[in-house]
Amino acid sequence: MFNPTWAMTIEMVIAGVSVIGLFAALGLVLVLMERRVAAWMQIRLGPNRVGPKGMLQSLADTVKLLVKEGMTPDGSDKFLFNLAPYIAMMVAMLLMAPIAFAKDFRLWDMNIGVLYITAISSIMVISILMAGWASNNKYSLMGAMRSGAQIVSYELSAGLSILTIVVLTGSLNITDIINAQADGWWIFKGHIPVLISFVIFIIAVTAETNRAPFDLAEAESELTAGFHTEYSGMKFALFFLAEYINVFIVCAIGATLFLGGWMPFHIGNWEAFNHVMDYIPSSIWFFGKTFFLIFVIMWFRWTFPRLRIDQLLNLEWKYLLPISMFNLLLVTAIAILKWHF
Amino acid sequence: MLEEIGTTTEGDLIINVGPQHPATHGVLHLVITLNGETIKKVEPHLGYIHRSIEKMCESLTYRQFIYVTSRMDYLSAHINNHACALCVEKGMQVEVPERAQVIRVIMDELTRIASHELWWGAMAMDIGAFTPFFHAFREREKINEIMEETCGARLTMNYYVPGGLMADLHPDFQKKVKAFITLFKNKIDEYDELITGNIIFINRMKGVGFLSKEDAVSFGCTGPSGRGSGLSCDIRKLYPYAVYDKVQFDEILETDGDSLARYMVRIREMKQSIRIIEQLIDNIPEGDFQAKTKAVLKLPKGEFYTRVETARGELGVYIVSEGATTPYRIKFRSPGFSNLSALDTMARGGKLGDLVAMMGTLDLVIPDIDR
Repeated sequence: MFNPTWAMTIEMVIAGVSVIGLFAALGLVLVLMERRVAAWMQIRLGPNRVGPKGMLQSLADTVKLLVKEGMTPDGSDKFLFNLAPYIAMMVAMLLMAPIAFAKDFRLWDMNIGVLYITAISSIMVISILMAGWASNNKYSLMGAMRSGAQIVSYELSAGLSILTIVVLTGSLNITDIINAQADGWWIFKGHIPVLISFVIFIIAVTAETNRAPFDLAEAESELTAGFHTEYSGMKFALFFLAEYINVFIVCAIGATLFLGGWMPFHIGNWEAFNHVMDYIPSSIWFFGKTFFLIFVIMWFRWTFPRLRIDQLLNLEWKYLLPISMFNLLLVTAIAILKWHF
Repeated sequence: MLEEIGTTTEGDLIINVGPQHPATHGVLHLVITLNGETIKKVEPHLGYIHRSIEKMCESLTYRQFIYVTSRMDYLSAHINNHACALCVEKGMQVEVPERAQVIRVIMDELTRIASHELWWGAMAMDIGAFTPFFHAFREREKINEIMEETCGARLTMNYYVPGGLMADLHPDFQKKVKAFITLFKNKIDEYDELITGNIIFINRMKGVGFLSKEDAVSFGCTGPSGRGSGLSCDIRKLYPYAVYDKVQFDEILETDGDSLARYMVRIREMKQSIRIIEQLIDNIPEGDFQAKTKAVLKLPKGEFYTRVETARGELGVYIVSEGATTPYRIKFRSPGFSNLSALDTMARGGKLGDLVAMMGTLDLVIPDIDR
């Protein structure tokens, strides 16, 4: 009854539905988390009225955004204007494919997982440029141009720091990268160069996802809301969701490459300790690490002032890029000489 | 076609910041000519919140018009009231009781701290850091509570009347102010940790929005905006009023003339305000809080001018009297208007992101500019 084609189709449908489900659930959780983290840092309570301890706040917000009118301004390029949020969302969803959420649990085990992620995440900038250009609004245009310059620049550093792990592992496959960390995460095994590339990765992805202190694309005090100034209702919500999902994805990639993904924390020959660690489910390891990194990125946002556009580009081209290039050479030397643990 | 997409004939982008914009903190309208991200010209358009307060004052008696001035620079309402009360007292030649003068100075300095705190939070928010805003409001709330107890209001206090004060102090006043001083001394170091020492913040502020001393003089910049350029313009020192000549405090001067200098002036000024309050809070003399004045005030025929130092600079009150119960003509010299006029000179050649850093350090309150 089940020929391979049918099985394949059903598998695809299940995968698609679960990605959409995860997408929505993560959006709700992350928005609530952001608001709670912000409130905690800003000595206030945050959402605490809707549902137990304000848990349903983002659900209520979603309902509000769904029933709001999604306006399309008169002077805008209507096709591109309406297409842009879907591209943003599509990119975020596509990026979920190769990520291993738990042991042996991923949607698509491809042998070029890391390359796929870096390639697909570059498409994000197109949706932002499209939104900024099609809005026919000067603030949007400036936000989009800033964002374009920023994402294209910081992709280099992010890519180079991802490459250090690829060099150490010798594989682009996410599964291989995680398995290589069975006896210790790269951040511990790789000496200081991997630590440097981890720091650069966190800075670069914060910039790539347009998060403060690199939120120039939507700098509120300068450009009102940047590229999504003209968006309202669900179209705005898709950008908003895509931003949070992107944060989740880059943190998941960071956790996978540097912190071992779902791999539990093991210390050399401590059999008993390692055994206890193995009892913690792999999904908890993965989500724990990812949410820790998300917390760090939220921490940045609520602590730092924003950079200026020239300072932002200086930071990338004058500091991060040369450092990460040199760092890549160091890591290559370490990998060839087998100096890592 | 060029008009349609809002560019000049040279191809520069013209962008309207405001009247509804998060960085203008009110209804200020700036028409900015941009070349890429670089500012070529800034043209402020005023009048969105003009209430013709000066004209209104002409139909109000000398007791009434003081309260309208709380609505000019609403962040230093006490100090505005002080300027008007001083001007009427000068005309009437009323001797204000020592107690009232001391209380006025304490209130003025508390207002200055509250105003600078709000500025500090809003400044950081313009630069992109949201958290300081809430921290600043936490301490500002304490001042508002003190004001509320004594004056009955939190923003437009209307506490000063010609000849003294409207009411005596609340019994808890001294205790609460002392508690606030102890609290605030710790918090101001926290402010420095949070923002002042931050490398991103310093990079955003240093060398941005340079205003030379000569320009500061020619634009009539006063207050922290002028003192950041090394211009000695503290009215409390130059033309002391109330009991400012009897207290010890320093006039804060920074010579760099950039946004960071203006920022540092305000931060250091808060510490000086604390110093003034500390000297006075235990030495409030006993006695009347209000001088005996007639029920209906009439200023003699003539012209009267007084000036005070508000949180933003020099506020001048100029009254022309024809001997009636209402002023014949009244004119306020507001600090915000003069400080705003320097914005174009400061902003040219800077980046769009710098504009908010400059406007933040000018500490503009729009109702003060428009009146």
